[in-house]
Amino acid sequence: MSSILKINNINKVFSNENAADNNVLSDVNFEVEENEFIVVFGPGQCGKTTLINIIAGLEKASSGDVLIKDVPVTKAGPDRAVVFQNIQLFPWLTALKNVEYSMKIRGFDKADYRKEAMKYLELVGLKGFENAYPVKLSGGMKQRVGIERAYCTKPDVMLMDEPFGALDAQTRYLMQDEVIRICNTEKRTVVFITNNIEEALYLADRIVVMSDCPSTVKEVVTIDLPHPRNRMDSEFLRLRKEISQMVNRKR
Amino acid sequence: MALRIKNEGLRKLFWGFLSIFLVFVLWFFASRLESMQNLLPNPLDVLKFIGVSVFSKVGKTTLFGHLYWSMTRVMTGYVLASIVGIVLGFFCGWSKLGASLIKPIYSVLRSIPSIAWIPLAILWFGIGEESKYFIIFISTMLIIMTNVIDGVKDVDDSYLDVARMLGTKENQLFFHVVLPCAVPQIFNGLQVALGAAWATVIAAEMVRSSKGVGWLILMGQTSMNMTQVFAGIIVIGLIGLFLALVMRWLESKLCAWNVRGK
Repeated sequence: MSSILKINNINKVFSNENAADNNVLSDVNFEVEENEFIVVFGPGQCGKTTLINIIAGLEKASSGDVLIKDVPVTKAGPDRAVVFQNIQLFPWLTALKNVEYSMKIRGFDKADYRKEAMKYLELVGLKGFENAYPVKLSGGMKQRVGIERAYCTKPDVMLMDEPFGALDAQTRYLMQDEVIRICNTEKRTVVFITNNIEEALYLADRIVVMSDCPSTVKEVVTIDLPHPRNRMDSEFLRLRKEISQMVNRKR
Repeated sequence: MALRIKNEGLRKLFWGFLSIFLVFVLWFFASRLESMQNLLPNPLDVLKFIGVSVFSKVGKTTLFGHLYWSMTRVMTGYVLASIVGIVLGFFCGWSKLGASLIKPIYSVLRSIPSIAWIPLAILWFGIGEESKYFIIFISTMLIIMTNVIDGVKDVDDSYLDVARMLGTKENQLFFHVVLPCAVPQIFNGLQVALGAAWATVIAAEMVRSSKGVGWLILMGQTSMNMTQVFAGIIVIGLIGLFLALVMRWLESKLCAWNVRGK
């Protein structure tokens, strides 16, 4: 296996005229292997979204670079599709057309992408809702459309920024299983951000544990538990305690 | 009231009719008061006048004739204004060059009320149809332009980012994100502008014309024919309502994704 995504010495400082500079990311380094499910886990407001935006090319790093297949990232593109925390579906398009969008805009054949989009909507149990506008969908349904929209761009890396943060606990568990199911259907490389340790342990092949502001990588923990994981399993609980302690330790 | 009607639409309709009916009754009795004799015509006479003038001429043409003239003026000016207003609005809202070229003159023109153009229009175009097209054009075009500019301004930058992330090229952003996103606001502009066009045509016709609903009212005034004045006002109200309903129906078809369209 080779590293598909390399994060090299990323620093990010937000300058503010009226206050001291806000240093959110400091020397962040890690690599992501192909078909790996990486979870970036860290406490509250520690710049995880900024990190995702930098990988996506939506924000610029103050220094350091992001390499995707050894090519530096300069702008946003479909090779790094993002699932946003606030979903950001296009409200003027139906669920189906949202999922199709990336394939349509890149000039794929209509018959092909229609079939493909329908297949994915069916996969996440949204058959019958293909012609519904986002305003008519529940939070969980919208996020499923959001995930499929990103999935259909066939990205090298899928970036997921606390995608289930706004969902209730029950839907959240459901969506976690859904993500594992989707990512097992066709292998994908995922960078998933969360501040929920249980979610991190449930999903990850490896967890990148971040410190609080300015964020830096504390440790990278490999999770060798088989899927589907049991949240009450003794090894699961031991890892949970271990990683929680890492984060809570004073710098 | 013990009266309960389950269906929401039916209930609204019922109260709507009841309120109109009550005003009608009040009007009827008021018109019979001696002190009101010359000021308020009998509403039944007004309805009769409307009914009769559908078939027989008032002035040069029947009621439908007058409506036809007024609507032709409105539609000519309005359609032209819609095309020009939407194009200029997008140019002004989306392109930096457009904004710096058009914004200043637009800001000045926008604050001129439409009836202020009437004397100038008559001097430029005479008292014929062209001057009326011009007045309607200039007043509605600016309303539509304002809404298009606002619509473009309201397009959230995050949608542009999402679009880029999904593989949209810079030159595709306009047609795939900005335009669809601005449609409800544009529609709002078209709706307000149609109402304004209808109001403006009446004003223009009352200044100078020999046909049209505005003329109908003015002639009523000149000949002290109260019934004709009231008939004209009611017809104007009904047509204005009709136009608004058509626009609302169109909006619900075209902007179904927007909550406003519901």
